[in-house]
Amino acid sequence: MYAIEAQGIVKQFDGFRAVDGVDLKVPVGSIYGILGPNGAGKTTMLRTLLGIIDPDAGVRTLLGSDRPITQSRNVGYLPEERGLYQSMRAVDTIAFMGALRGLSLKEGKEKGRALLEEAGLGYAADRQIRQLSKGMAQTVQLMGTIVHDPKLIVLDEPFSGLDALNQAKLEKMIRAQAARGVTVIFSTHVIAHAERLCERIAIIAKGKISFDGLVSEARDRLRPQVHLETETLDGIWRKALPADTRAEGHWWHFTLPETGVEPLLTALVEGKAGIKSLSIERPGLHDAFVAIAGESVAAEMDEPIAGETL
Amino acid sequence: MKEILRAAFVIARRDFSAIIYSKAFIFFLLGPFFPVLVGIAAGSLGGQIAREAAQPVVGLAMARADSQKLIDMREKLAVNMGESYFTQMKIVGDATSDGGKNPQDYLNKKEDNLSVVLTGTLARPIVTGTKRSVDRESASIELLTAHALNPGAVTLSDAKADFVAETANNDKQLRTVTAQGGQVLVFFLTMLLAGMVLSNLVEEKSNKIIEILAASIPMESVFLGKLFAMLGMALLGILVWTTVGGIGLQVTQGLPNFPTPAVGWPIFITLCFTYFIMAYLMLGALFLGIGAMAATVREVQTISMPVTMAQLINFFFASYALTKTGQPVEQFAAIFPFSSPFAMIGRAALEPTLWHHGVAIVGQLFFAILLLRLGVWLFKRNVMKSGNAGRIKGDGKRKLFGLIAVGG
Repeated sequence: MYAIEAQGIVKQFDGFRAVDGVDLKVPVGSIYGILGPNGAGKTTMLRTLLGIIDPDAGVRTLLGSDRPITQSRNVGYLPEERGLYQSMRAVDTIAFMGALRGLSLKEGKEKGRALLEEAGLGYAADRQIRQLSKGMAQTVQLMGTIVHDPKLIVLDEPFSGLDALNQAKLEKMIRAQAARGVTVIFSTHVIAHAERLCERIAIIAKGKISFDGLVSEARDRLRPQVHLETETLDGIWRKALPADTRAEGHWWHFTLPETGVEPLLTALVEGKAGIKSLSIERPGLHDAFVAIAGESVAAEMDEPIAGETL
Repeated sequence: MKEILRAAFVIARRDFSAIIYSKAFIFFLLGPFFPVLVGIAAGSLGGQIAREAAQPVVGLAMARADSQKLIDMREKLAVNMGESYFTQMKIVGDATSDGGKNPQDYLNKKEDNLSVVLTGTLARPIVTGTKRSVDRESASIELLTAHALNPGAVTLSDAKADFVAETANNDKQLRTVTAQGGQVLVFFLTMLLAGMVLSNLVEEKSNKIIEILAASIPMESVFLGKLFAMLGMALLGILVWTTVGGIGLQVTQGLPNFPTPAVGWPIFITLCFTYFIMAYLMLGALFLGIGAMAATVREVQTISMPVTMAQLINFFFASYALTKTGQPVEQFAAIFPFSSPFAMIGRAALEPTLWHHGVAIVGQLFFAILLLRLGVWLFKRNVMKSGNAGRIKGDGKRKLFGLIAVGG
């Protein structure tokens, strides 16, 4: 069962293909990250999936419907470009966003106050948005995104503009929603967030998806790295080291051979290498990203934008 | 449809509240009273200037006895015919003593401000002045000299006034005045109020909330909600203005007396109100669509002038058609959506038939919906893109109203 399914989605503007044949499947109840550098097509893809803009080609279903707007009441969306009515009170803003999604104003206000209290912002409920700090305003918008208890939450670059404390709060909120069975899909250009939160990810660059699957599957695309320190520098045991081995004095760095760690250990011991230390490092998502998307795309990632901390 | 209307109501409620609770709304309500105040002040000042300015005078240079007879007769007839009917008279010379004095000499004296000079006798008066002045004064001078020669020969009776609402003479020609009045009123209200819709989506675009709206509800609801909110505000304004205006007219008893329209006053007023709403919805939907594609307030200001001009042309066309009842141009004005409300107000004043108003209203409503959907389509096509609205990826150029490429 998928919360979002997309096949062959194409969206172009003035001849530029912002999204180029995207296939995507987001399982219900998962935390799904869309990774890609700025300008990769993440926002356009999310807008297309949500029905804000229509694709030029391809099909997509959102919570089983090919007309995403009909599922509005079950969806919460936090756009990349945050926006609120400046003269509206915080609690009214949350209620208004809930009302857009079918919640009554009365219920929206009650739930809005409760959410603000929970976030430690109860004192600011009756303040106008213009009187709030940027972080507080973003929290209010986030509350407005979830006030109607959606089944699917779509967050476009939710961490940008937040300080470390608020990023941690947001991660907690995402986990809490997922624990309730809510599907959360978010885009980010910061790999660390995806690595900490997501079960599944999609990697997008230049409008194309180059990977869609479990985080572990992405990591498994790379063999673990072995870091070996020996007493001797030469011997029969050297034949057990793979061709990509990089030597640094008594240190040897190489990819774990397909045959596994046991044959390697046997060869080292029998060859009297004199093992001083040996560690096997599983590759991180960043390494997997580099391997999948390429060095140049990876170089554009993880660059903090204004006001953002990693 | 139900969901579109529900969501439109959410938008309308937000916008309406935001407008009427803003401090600027009081200025909106007071706005129409400023020209009225300026008009009253200017009128009062003009009246004072007119009163203080030297009034033209008929100079009398006949024999003093004849001149006095004329002045007495003027006073007598003015009682019945009105003071304003006769120009003031003043004895400026005496023919018996000033003999052959040239009348031009009297006219040259600036302090007397004479329009004409009357010489000769009552039986053979000579009026000297410019042609225009002589033409204006001759008839009343002849009337006065005739009565002065034979006082008591004609007695003016004092007719008793008995006013009625309508006569057989209250025909199509007279009703045209009512038609024009209705057209002007609806046109000015539409021009004043519908133009405000132009900048209506700029707030949402500048504060980025447009994306939340677009993701949550159909764009038709956003447009419709904004249109309804502005219509609500316009109707509230009209209610306040007509109430204050009505009280003012009651106090001053200055209610203008327009000829009764062909469909009768209650239906005419109802139709004017309905056609105002229709004109507002059509122009509002058009302006909303145009304004929605403008990326900045500056762009909205740029298009305000041509939009106002287009409205004026539309109004003049409808006014022109009013004088061509039944002719193709009038029929076209009644069918062409933008001029239809104004042309149909003209018809309501001139013709008693009602069914074609029903057809026109349905047609106008349909066209308003069509314009709204077109605006939504253009908005989604040209504005809702990734990154900055209307910006072409790659070359950094921007599209004016999402359509015309402008410099980077």
